[in-house]
Amino acid sequence: MYAQLVKSEGSKSREEMTPEELSFQDRIDRGEKVEPKEWMPEGYRKTLIRQIGQHAHSEIVGQLPEGNWITRAPTLERKAILLAKVQDEAGHGLYLYSAAETLGVSRDELMEKLHSGNMKYSSIFNYPTLTWADMGAVGWLVDGAAIMNQVPLQRTSYGPYSRAMIRICKEESFHQRQGYDIMMKMCAGTPEQKAMAQDALNRFWYPALMMFGPSDKDSIHSAQSMAWKIKMNTNDELRQKFVDQTVPQAKYLGLTVPDENLVWNEEKGGHDFSEPDWSEFFAVIAGNGPCNAERLGARVKAWDDGAWFREGLMAHADKAAARRIAAE
Amino acid sequence: MSSEWPLWEIFIRGQHGLNHRHVGSLHAPDAEMAIRNARDVYTRRNEGVSIWVVRSNDITASSPSEKGPLFDPSNSKVYRHPTFFDIPEEIGHM
Repeated sequence: MYAQLVKSEGSKSREEMTPEELSFQDRIDRGEKVEPKEWMPEGYRKTLIRQIGQHAHSEIVGQLPEGNWITRAPTLERKAILLAKVQDEAGHGLYLYSAAETLGVSRDELMEKLHSGNMKYSSIFNYPTLTWADMGAVGWLVDGAAIMNQVPLQRTSYGPYSRAMIRICKEESFHQRQGYDIMMKMCAGTPEQKAMAQDALNRFWYPALMMFGPSDKDSIHSAQSMAWKIKMNTNDELRQKFVDQTVPQAKYLGLTVPDENLVWNEEKGGHDFSEPDWSEFFAVIAGNGPCNAERLGARVKAWDDGAWFREGLMAHADKAAARRIAAE
Repeated sequence: MSSEWPLWEIFIRGQHGLNHRHVGSLHAPDAEMAIRNARDVYTRRNEGVSIWVVRSNDITASSPSEKGPLFDPSNSKVYRHPTFFDIPEEIGHM
């Protein structure tokens, strides 16, 4: 979801596996964790780099739509809270980049791939945040959807990824709550404020559903990733869970989920709901969402403008080290 | 891109007097900046009272292929655990 459409490598039956691959799969089936220096199939390593990298990119690109509101928050307290949340996202990006680096890819390589468009980030961050209510909707829906995906990933087979997820989940529930808190406040406010909250829900509902990725019947990569335990649930399972969790929360706020087909289905014990517009999803992924150019542009500019600073600190560190050696 | 900052492993001692514990890693130009960055990234919620930083390159790790020879021998030495010994109930807590 923060990692949508991750291309998975090499799906093999047991008969096709080498002895090494077989014993690797057995370890995963037993629930053992795989650690950085251990043998792993090349496909496992590559798929993980893609997935963790995409996840990390989503965390840091995800700072941008919210960063937009730090200077515009309605009170000093809201501003401090939003600042703390955006700072958390930077931390989450870092944990994940570090996990990806244990697989033999460098941080600079990951950055380069993000900036050149060779690696993706979640489609959700290519939508604009137009009003303060969007900060509520993003925390409530986007972080809510993220948690839904990240909680099971704490049990993922790759040790460093699992440990990063555990840390992130600990911090993430603050994010969703602060979003819902904003929504509660707006919905208890003036009719105009409540209308803003409804408008934010209207705009973010379907993009939030898209975060889980296309339906599994169209997802060719799910099976191998699930066998490797780097994907724990199908996209449709998680999307269903998200809808079932979110609908009562919207009701409590007095807001209407923008879906005429939304209805409780007693038989399946869940809601029936409309699929998002997948052609929109693929267009956004391909780079044609409302904010793709702006988001990536901001990332590239930050990276390029910061180059002299990164190099300066490194040059200073090298000089200081040389002086220390000379003094010894 | 040869100027990538080196990688540091971060160890934090929590509030309750336990050992420093490995919490993750980060890039920084030098040790001082590594500590500052570690403070921002790994102690945002009162997690620690002390930080150690170590260059990742300076860590020597045991090899996964040595797992057997290194750790298997202790499997057979169950007498190293107190529960190996039966103490009569009338003796009480020991």
